[in-house]
Amino acid sequence: MAPENPSHPSENDLPYVLILKPPPSFVIFGDRFFNSTKFRFLKAYESPLPLAHFLLAHAQSVQAILSSGGAPVTADTIRLMPLLRLVVTTSQGLNHIDLSECRRRGIVVASAGTIYSADCADSVVALLIDVLRKVSAADRFVKQGLWSSQGEYPLGSKLGGKRVGIVGLGSIGSEVAKRLEAFGCSISYNSRKKKPFCSYPFYLNVRELAANCDALIICCALTDETHHLINKEVLSALGKDGVIVNIARGPIMDEKELVRCLVEGEIRGAGLDVFEHEPDVPNELFALDNVVMSPHNAVFTWESFEDLRKLVVGNLEAFFSNEPLLTPVGLDDQPHFSG
Amino acid sequence: MESIGVLMVCPMNSYLEHELEKRFNLFRFWTVPEKSAFLATNKNSIRAVVGNSSAGADAELIEVLPKLEIVASFSVGLDKIDLAKCKEKGIRVTNTPDVLTDDVADLAIGLMLAVLRKLCESDRYVRSGKWKKGDYRLTTKFTGKKVGIIGLGRIGMAVAKRAEAFSCPISYYSRTEKPEIKYKYYPGVVELAANCDILVVACSLTEETLHIINREVIDALGPKGVLINVGRGPHVDEPELVSALVERRLGGAGLDVFEHEPEVPEELFGLDNVVLLPHVGSGTVETRQAMADLVIGNLEAHFLNRPLLTPVV
Repeated sequence: MAPENPSHPSENDLPYVLILKPPPSFVIFGDRFFNSTKFRFLKAYESPLPLAHFLLAHAQSVQAILSSGGAPVTADTIRLMPLLRLVVTTSQGLNHIDLSECRRRGIVVASAGTIYSADCADSVVALLIDVLRKVSAADRFVKQGLWSSQGEYPLGSKLGGKRVGIVGLGSIGSEVAKRLEAFGCSISYNSRKKKPFCSYPFYLNVRELAANCDALIICCALTDETHHLINKEVLSALGKDGVIVNIARGPIMDEKELVRCLVEGEIRGAGLDVFEHEPDVPNELFALDNVVMSPHNAVFTWESFEDLRKLVVGNLEAFFSNEPLLTPVGLDDQPHFSG
Repeated sequence: MESIGVLMVCPMNSYLEHELEKRFNLFRFWTVPEKSAFLATNKNSIRAVVGNSSAGADAELIEVLPKLEIVASFSVGLDKIDLAKCKEKGIRVTNTPDVLTDDVADLAIGLMLAVLRKLCESDRYVRSGKWKKGDYRLTTKFTGKKVGIIGLGRIGMAVAKRAEAFSCPISYYSRTEKPEIKYKYYPGVVELAANCDILVVACSLTEETLHIINREVIDALGPKGVLINVGRGPHVDEPELVSALVERRLGGAGLDVFEHEPEVPEELFGLDNVVLLPHVGSGTVETRQAMADLVIGNLEAHFLNRPLLTPVV
């Protein structure tokens, strides 16, 4: 047998990356989507073993996990992988990863960085215009052939001049602000801390932000602090003419209370990409024309998936070459989410 | 002024009707069963006509109203008014520019987002319960797409300003190049269509721009291209557009206007890359009130011998 060339190791020498469940990109593109010559995948979901047994049997020397929103990385999983040093996630959110345990173990987390920010911000604007100008409802009206028989469609509400309140002024929130300013909206925000060098008015609490805006946009992470952040008080402060848009995480809103407000006309409308118990959506919303819903697809574009592919492969290849990661997360900065 | 006859040619806004009635002798043309008889009887008291994007003052109507002094349109578009005839007879014409610019531009961007990101289809998907069976498919990113604008007037510029916030490179076609504008100019619509991802119609409807979107332009825009029309239905050769969409030779369309409103080609109803709106470009409470106030303001100014607020002729 010819000696192996050390710069072209065989498949069998490649380091493993553990995948607990297939990420959305595997479902759409097949499981070769993140292929590389520098690593191979260990697919826990292809084994009949319960996860703990699988990890004990096969993952003891695995150093990296590729996670997605539907495949949480819990403390239990981390504790069963003594050599785990890296978690790469395909999702924008980090709430499905036990960041405290990662911090304790010195495990690095590589995020999606800012690849999704433009698509998320575009989705916010799309939902906001749709709710205010009744785009989806009017499209239904025309496509049901009602324009000829029923005549004039009800008037919407002008976007220009609306006061927009952004909850969470990170990368996505900033992209939202930049876009909506071009429509003549004024921007204010709430964040864990006031941002230096930012001229938008800052509100220390969300209820006050809601009381001073016409459209409340949720762009923050889901953490222990932000669970049910948008509650009865906040919705009441937003008021009858207020609109809410959520492209972040369902549990940031008290969904029951939101539904009640919408059904009883206590807020003007809502644009929702996320829900508390996806893919279940409260039936009461289906009867409402002032609600626009999308199936958690704010970042689901061809372009974002290609950017994701490059980023995930880039992060994993960098890790296995001992090079700096492309999008490491500063864990000291991250709030806790106990899940 | 209560004796001044004002003829409103079609229903357009109840606030406007109410306010005109307070000031003038308002005739609601659409409620009249015998229109010729009505005109013969009332022609000498009608000194103003109020029209909109559906109906205005054509040569025929102008001829039978010998006392007509002013046509005030509840629209910015003037395609339903015989401007030449008005000029000839010294009849003033006003419209409602500026107050509706933002709303129309907002809607153009809203249509682009809705078509590329399949927002209406996503909403249908959730409402139908299909999400429980699986995710909706991938859509096309809007940020960074090349936007080509036909007509760089108030509305065209407002569309450009908004699209720039999404990092969209802007190009345009208009009758003459505007040297002070930094956007890329194309001397022909076909060339513009061939070099953009999203083509927006934002010019006025005239003899020159009738069917400005024809087969050649649609072919140049192509199977990945999207057409957005917030101008007038007759800007587009509608049967050509319909067959291009049905045959997937054009990537998608967002349409607020049609050749024979409120008739909309039914072949479009089942297409998931098409968003259809019932001519709501200026359709907000705020803007329709501002438009109505302009119509009233113009009529009052005219009959009080003051300068018109927004004269065209």
